Amino acid sequence: MRLVLREALLIFRRAPLLSALSVTTIAFSLFAVGLFGLVAVNLQQALRQVAERVEIVAYLLPGTPIESITLAQKDIEAFPEVASATYVSEDRALARARAELVEFRDVLQELERNPLPGSIEVKLKAGFRDAEHVNEVADRLRGFGFVDDVRFGRDWVEKLDRLQQIAAAVGLVVGAAFAAVAVIIIGTTIRMAVLQRSREIAIMRLVGATDGFIRRPFLLQGAIKGMLGGLVAIGLSYGAYVLINRWLIQAAFFTREQAGTVVIFGTLIGLFGSAASVGRHLRRV
Amino acid sequence: MIKLTNVFKAFPKGGLALKDVSFHIAKGEFVFLTGHSGAGKSTVLKLVYADEPPTSGEVRVSGFNLSELRRKDIPMLRRRLGIVFQDFRLLEDRTAEENVAFALEVTAARRATIPARVMRVLTQVGLAAKAQAYPRELSGGEQQRVAIARALVNEPTVLLADEPTGNLDERATRGVFQLLRDINASGTAVVMATHDLDLVRQAPYRVIELQEGALVYDSAVDELRDQAASP
Ligand SMILES: Nc1ncnc2c1ncn2[C@@H]1O[C@H](COP(=O)(O)OP(=O)(O)OP(=O)(O)O)[C@@H](O)[C@H]1O
Ligand SMILES: [Mg+2]
Repeated sequence: MRLVLREALLIFRRAPLLSALSVTTIAFSLFAVGLFGLVAVNLQQALRQVAERVEIVAYLLPGTPIESITLAQKDIEAFPEVASATYVSEDRALARARAELVEFRDVLQELERNPLPGSIEVKLKAGFRDAEHVNEVADRLRGFGFVDDVRFGRDWVEKLDRLQQIAAAVGLVVGAAFAAVAVIIIGTTIRMAVLQRSREIAIMRLVGATDGFIRRPFLLQGAIKGMLGGLVAIGLSYGAYVLINRWLIQAAFFTREQAGTVVIFGTLIGLFGSAASVGRHLRRV
Repeated sequence: MIKLTNVFKAFPKGGLALKDVSFHIAKGEFVFLTGHSGAGKSTVLKLVYADEPPTSGEVRVSGFNLSELRRKDIPMLRRRLGIVFQDFRLLEDRTAEENVAFALEVTAARRATIPARVMRVLTQVGLAAKAQAYPRELSGGEQQRVAIARALVNEPTVLLADEPTGNLDERATRGVFQLLRDINASGTAVVMATHDLDLVRQAPYRVIELQEGALVYDSAVDELRDQAASP
């Protein structure tokens, strides 16, 4: 193992320029992937925030006894999709309307009778905020005898749904394309490193080195390069994130896990890229 | 030890490099492989160290049947051979000592024994004083001695040398040749490809001559026949 490490480090020391070039290439490839990931992460978060506002409102018939309402509220809260069910009384609805609809304050002030119905406002758990589940829950709400009407902005929910699907599909395709390009570029730099050392590989084979022995230092240095590239890419992404935050918009950065994934992705590309290049080279000589 | 039986070798591009070559080299022999440029000397050696497979015929080396050799067995075969080339093939960024040690490190040699074994062979080739020198700091003759030390360090039963003196002046040639003779005297078989006929004449060793891929003369066989022919 010490020998493998020594040989791997020797590869760096012998070709510092090429090694630096590989690390830089890997870093920028992953940086492109990372930037795209950052956009995806932020878009997703924005969509999630919008989706959080998905709300189903069940309007109640006037004169529904408060006991029934409390009971129903308990029932609804027990639905697997439901995060919360809040009862808004007729009075509270009016108070809210007065506070929110400033333009109509005078009209509302002059009312003799409260025209607003009481309601139960239902919020869904994350993962259920799509058209299908919203419809299902709405149907179930309609089943309560004292529920007059159920509203949830059907169009809006469906649009959001589609937007999320499109975002996911585009993210997947573009992300995969970026990753593929990164893999190809990284593979090329690794192949260059292998070719640069082909004389040495030939001599190793001549004196009786096994393929595994020849391969191991390359795998290790490939993994190290990939990891360094990944770390640099995270650093670059962070720089970009700071700039965006300062000059453009309030954005989110990767979570620790996402950043870790980028570094691991880099390490694995380095590892498998080297394995493929060395393997191909060894099969040919 | 080394036995070729009716060996043919055709390269994909290019004609027949070897035509029906058969010979047997015994343990401890010293054999010159001669012939004009392109006669097939290097090709014979490549078959012996499994760099190329024979197109047909049988090649046996130190217990291995090379026609049936699998890729993963090649390193095991090479560890029993020492190989030396005209162009030395040293690693430029390692010292003489490291170049020699390298050949041990790739094998399963015990790490602790390596430095002593390396110094022993470097002493044997007369380069103990230059152990720390890099190839660029050594003369051609000295580089070839390092290459020979590297070939010897695994204690091979055969040393294959493809024109080992091809790049050396007369003095260095004599030195390297003497070294190969000493190595042979201590029991290692040596197969030396060369077209330096002066060298061949200097020593009473067996000569195998190739011409356009065919074996045209083998002193071991032909001298016996000559002796039998004369009364
Ligand atoms: N890899 C190869 N592909 C095609 N032809 C080859 C290959 N290697 C050798 N040959 C051919 O095989 C023949 C024998 O070559 P070889 O290298 O064995 O000659 P040689 O006796 O060693 O010559 P020299 O004294 O010049 O080294 C030549 O005609 C050469 O062109
Ligand atoms: Mg030759």
